Amino acid sequence: MTQQSALRGPLLAAAFPLVALVAWHFTTSGRAYSLIPPPYEVGLELWDLAFGGIYDDAFSETLLTHALASMSRAYGGFGLAALVALPLGMLIGRIEIIRAMLDPTLQLLRPVPVTAWLPLAMIVFGLGPRSAFFLVFLGAFYPVLINTIFGVRSVEPRLFEAAAMLGLSPSASFAKVVLPASLPSIFTGLRLGLGLSWVVIVVGEMTGVQTGLGAIIMEARQLSRTDIVICGMAVIGVLGFASDKLIMLFGQWLLRWSPQHG
Amino acid sequence: MVEPILDVRGVTKRFAFNNETVTALADANLRIEKGEFVCLIGPSGCGKSTLLRMVAGFETASEGELLMWAKPVQGPGPDRGMVFQDYGLFPWLTVAKNIGFGPAARGRPTKEVRETEKRFVEMVGLTRFADAFPHQLSGGMKQRVAIARVLANDAEVVLMDEPFGALDAMTRERLQAELLEIWERQKLTVLFVTHAIEEAILLADRVVVMSPGPGRIVADERIDIPRPRDPTSPEFNELRRRLSGLLAGHH
Repeated sequence: MTQQSALRGPLLAAAFPLVALVAWHFTTSGRAYSLIPPPYEVGLELWDLAFGGIYDDAFSETLLTHALASMSRAYGGFGLAALVALPLGMLIGRIEIIRAMLDPTLQLLRPVPVTAWLPLAMIVFGLGPRSAFFLVFLGAFYPVLINTIFGVRSVEPRLFEAAAMLGLSPSASFAKVVLPASLPSIFTGLRLGLGLSWVVIVVGEMTGVQTGLGAIIMEARQLSRTDIVICGMAVIGVLGFASDKLIMLFGQWLLRWSPQHG
Repeated sequence: MVEPILDVRGVTKRFAFNNETVTALADANLRIEKGEFVCLIGPSGCGKSTLLRMVAGFETASEGELLMWAKPVQGPGPDRGMVFQDYGLFPWLTVAKNIGFGPAARGRPTKEVRETEKRFVEMVGLTRFADAFPHQLSGGMKQRVAIARVLANDAEVVLMDEPFGALDAMTRERLQAELLEIWERQKLTVLFVTHAIEEAILLADRVVVMSPGPGRIVADERIDIPRPRDPTSPEFNELRRRLSGLLAGHH
């Protein structure tokens, strides 16, 4: 009985993709002019991308290089965004004058989508990885910033009273009260930011970089290699999913005191 | 005459509210001696919580002065520990760390903080839950932690703002008994806000009756029934009737 319930989650989660896979197979397989390749061809291509030995074309055995390039940009851009957005959000959230000076501008820039920044980024940072890095940075920046501001601003006033009557000096209250109290929001921002850095990676790698999952998708598209496009999509999905699982594990440890997380 | 530990002299508190000035408390005078258990009782809007929060240092008086050991109260401080109705525990700290927060914040050595944590966790009977986080505790246990962290910090005066108001009846009775026991043993001075007449008579040496519109003190009754007090005894009921009358008479 318990074994059955332990398998329930994975089985339910696998049911829908399996049905979709079967549907994909029957709508594409055996049709000479199908624009979408059937699943087993994509599977073969994925193997060739990863390990080679099947087609031995320009794409064979390149998957690891592309995946590593994308990962370094996704994590690097995200890391830089967190490095800037965390302290900036804390300052904006806690210091009135900084909020008055910066918040309106940042809010004004916020609705501008990352894709709209693409041409400007290419002018400023040139064609290549620096533009990609910048766009990923931009994508991850706002969720971290907004949630950090929200977190440090919405500390329960009662906790400041409790800390003060226990003898905590006002100068220590940031480290001892504000920071721990806002960790759940800050973590939410980091998780959203990391997710978005995978979302914008393809846009970021449209800036003329040679490697990366976005780059390989763009190149394969020009060559009508839809099988490679789908492989790239699948790998981005899996890597993004895995990095979200990782950060969730970290969050469960970090926020083990919180009834919403731990 | 003994020097009072707390001396409230002609204290008035006014708030600005929608461009109007509301008097939350008018000309309050109250002297409390060390070791006394004083309950402030009255309907909502009578200024009892406002008075308590001014003693705590969370609010300042518009007029008059609040003295502790003849020195003006200036902001919150560890000599006046507060127990809130909603506990105010730090959710990210374990039971032990919540209790050790005050000593640690005041820069006591780590070893001493550890020992204090252990002693007071034991005192409120939460040894098994020392490493639990607040969200894993029942309301009664949370309030025990809140009391323990104030005592662990050597508070001379314990201010309690309807601390048992959110608890079920059985838990409330048990915590009332525990509080009395701790108060006697530690020679605490307690200023306790409640709106329950029975709770006030059960606990207090003195019951200060307050009335709204504007908030003010209308009576100061000494309770001479020996402890433990029996809420079904005739003298208890007599007092209950008198305090009810006082509360009703000043609407």
